[in-house]
Amino acid sequence: MLRFVARRLVNYIILVFVATSLVYMLASATLDPLSYYLHGQKQVNLRAIHASLRSYNIDPDTSLWSRYWHWITRIVLHGDFGRSFPGGDTVTSEMGRRIGVSLRLLLVGSVLSVIIGVLTGVYSALHQYKPSDHIISVVSFVLLSTPVFLLATFAKAGAISLRQDAGVSWLPTANECPSTGACSLIDRSQHLILPTVVLVFGAAGAAFFTRYQRSAMLDVLGSDFLRTAQAKGLSRRKAFYKHGLRTALIPMATFFAFQFGTLLVGAVFTETIFNWNGMGAWVITTINSADINGIAAITAFAAVMILISGVLSDIFYAILDPRVRMS
Amino acid sequence: MTLKDDPTPAIDNSGDVITPVSGQGGGLADIELIREEVTSRDGGGRNISRGKLVLRRLLRKKLAMFGLFMLVVEILLAFLGPLFSKWGVTSIDFNNLGGSPPGGSHFWGTDRNGHDVFVQTMSGAQKSLFVGLIAAVLSTFIAAVVGSAAGYFGKAVDNALMWFVNMMMIVPAFLILAIISPRLKDNSFLIFTILLAAFQWMLTARVVRGLTYSLREREFVSAAKFMGVPAWRIITRHILPNMASLLIVDVTVNVSATILAETGLSYFGFGVQPPNVSLGTLIGEATSSAAPTYQSWQWLYPGLMLIALVLAVNFVGDGLRDAVDATSTSDGD
Repeated sequence: MLRFVARRLVNYIILVFVATSLVYMLASATLDPLSYYLHGQKQVNLRAIHASLRSYNIDPDTSLWSRYWHWITRIVLHGDFGRSFPGGDTVTSEMGRRIGVSLRLLLVGSVLSVIIGVLTGVYSALHQYKPSDHIISVVSFVLLSTPVFLLATFAKAGAISLRQDAGVSWLPTANECPSTGACSLIDRSQHLILPTVVLVFGAAGAAFFTRYQRSAMLDVLGSDFLRTAQAKGLSRRKAFYKHGLRTALIPMATFFAFQFGTLLVGAVFTETIFNWNGMGAWVITTINSADINGIAAITAFAAVMILISGVLSDIFYAILDPRVRMS
Repeated sequence: MTLKDDPTPAIDNSGDVITPVSGQGGGLADIELIREEVTSRDGGGRNISRGKLVLRRLLRKKLAMFGLFMLVVEILLAFLGPLFSKWGVTSIDFNNLGGSPPGGSHFWGTDRNGHDVFVQTMSGAQKSLFVGLIAAVLSTFIAAVVGSAAGYFGKAVDNALMWFVNMMMIVPAFLILAIISPRLKDNSFLIFTILLAAFQWMLTARVVRGLTYSLREREFVSAAKFMGVPAWRIITRHILPNMASLLIVDVTVNVSATILAETGLSYFGFGVQPPNVSLGTLIGEATSSAAPTYQSWQWLYPGLMLIALVLAVNFVGDGLRDAVDATSTSDGD
């Protein structure tokens, strides 16, 4: 058992290492931080620019291999991912701040998604082929077919016209806090409303869970063990909640774990459109400013999150499904 | 398909009766269920082929048929619609610079540069359809090749390929595509399409691998093996045709997934590059510098077109998945 875990861990570390190195090389080879300084400037002090870039370890005059060596040794020896260009803050502190912001958004968003998704999915399956089932199906199809950036744009346009036409002031459309003054809990929750709504009704949100829950539920409803449970005297209701729902929930738990892990850097559109300074928005910022250290760090973080959520979903499976418990 | 047309000498080593699964009928593959019989009985008691059965089931799905109808209308609109407009994709109407609302000769208004929004939207839809179809087929093709090779050869090949699959899955596709595609110069469009496919095949490859694993142990595969049929031929003639329906469904699902990925990247300017337009670039440009309530027709029409496109493909894909479902007992009547 211990050997199994150790082997898997080593394999994961190698995977993350290779993936991060690949992206570092790719970003270094294609992105051009020099143009950030040269952009629209006539007189430039090239020597000063190169010195500045060198301090970030992204100077194109230094060979790629020596830059890479410097970068990887700093990570292995000091856990230092370098500094973020052009801000100058260390990548790790910037990332810590942004993970906090993203987590606030995602915790509420993904929990709401799974609750709403499971409830509508179960309802839909229990009322199969009735009008309510058809309505839920069509609505979730439309939501699954709507790109998140479009849904966010719709939500933003709606909120802005509400503010202009109806004077609704409690629905801010940008940032996670007011730009001036203190940020109270009420402020924070008001800023949370629109991005959360977009996450919940976006393609990776409740509609996704509804579809899967519905089909998992239909599979269970037609299964022999549910009929047996009723035959031995359980009421339909009791058999359904005690045996049926629990079985149908197993795949959801694994989806949930996976969704959460990928969303942590996956809320790119929602965060960008609502000006949240989270991990998702950072993806766009780092690419636009040729922040190679930042890009590599995001890659490492995303890779680790995917692997962790994979392990988490395995654990969920083992807890919920007695058939796969460690033998 | 019989083994007779095989150029290799047919030596029956196994001693068993060889029962190859029909290639044309397309046996059906599900994780647990691979059916050898390719026929089913229709209402009148006649035997019908599996292909016909699937088609018949599909025709009964109202939503899938509606999706197909939508898709045909959208394709016609995208390719023929611009012909009826007096404006071209690049033509600028100097009387309507800065964005005019819908009306007059501009059916859906103009954008800030004086381009006709209708013609631009249709041009973007053409691109999205093109990218979606090509990348979807390509992605399924890669998945079939990698998955079947890993499953059939097993051992070191399997380990190496699956390690590669795992690595591709943890590399952030969005980030890599966003870094590369703005730097593509000529012919960038086709390369971008190939890149999209390159990051989409991994999950399907795993499913194909699992199915190949179980098919490999079947009698008709061992028979072919003993007769000296080369491995690639066994894979293309005996293994892949047995999961034809899975692959077809996968292509359909990939079309909508690719369109979403392409428009998402293009929205940020990381996808389709000028002078080409995509539905994503149109929506991105209309909303990047102004609030979405300002001249909303510039993003609303491309946006609705995009939703309609993806929705139509999803309807068809869902119907198709139901129709080829091995566990379904419906005979299509």
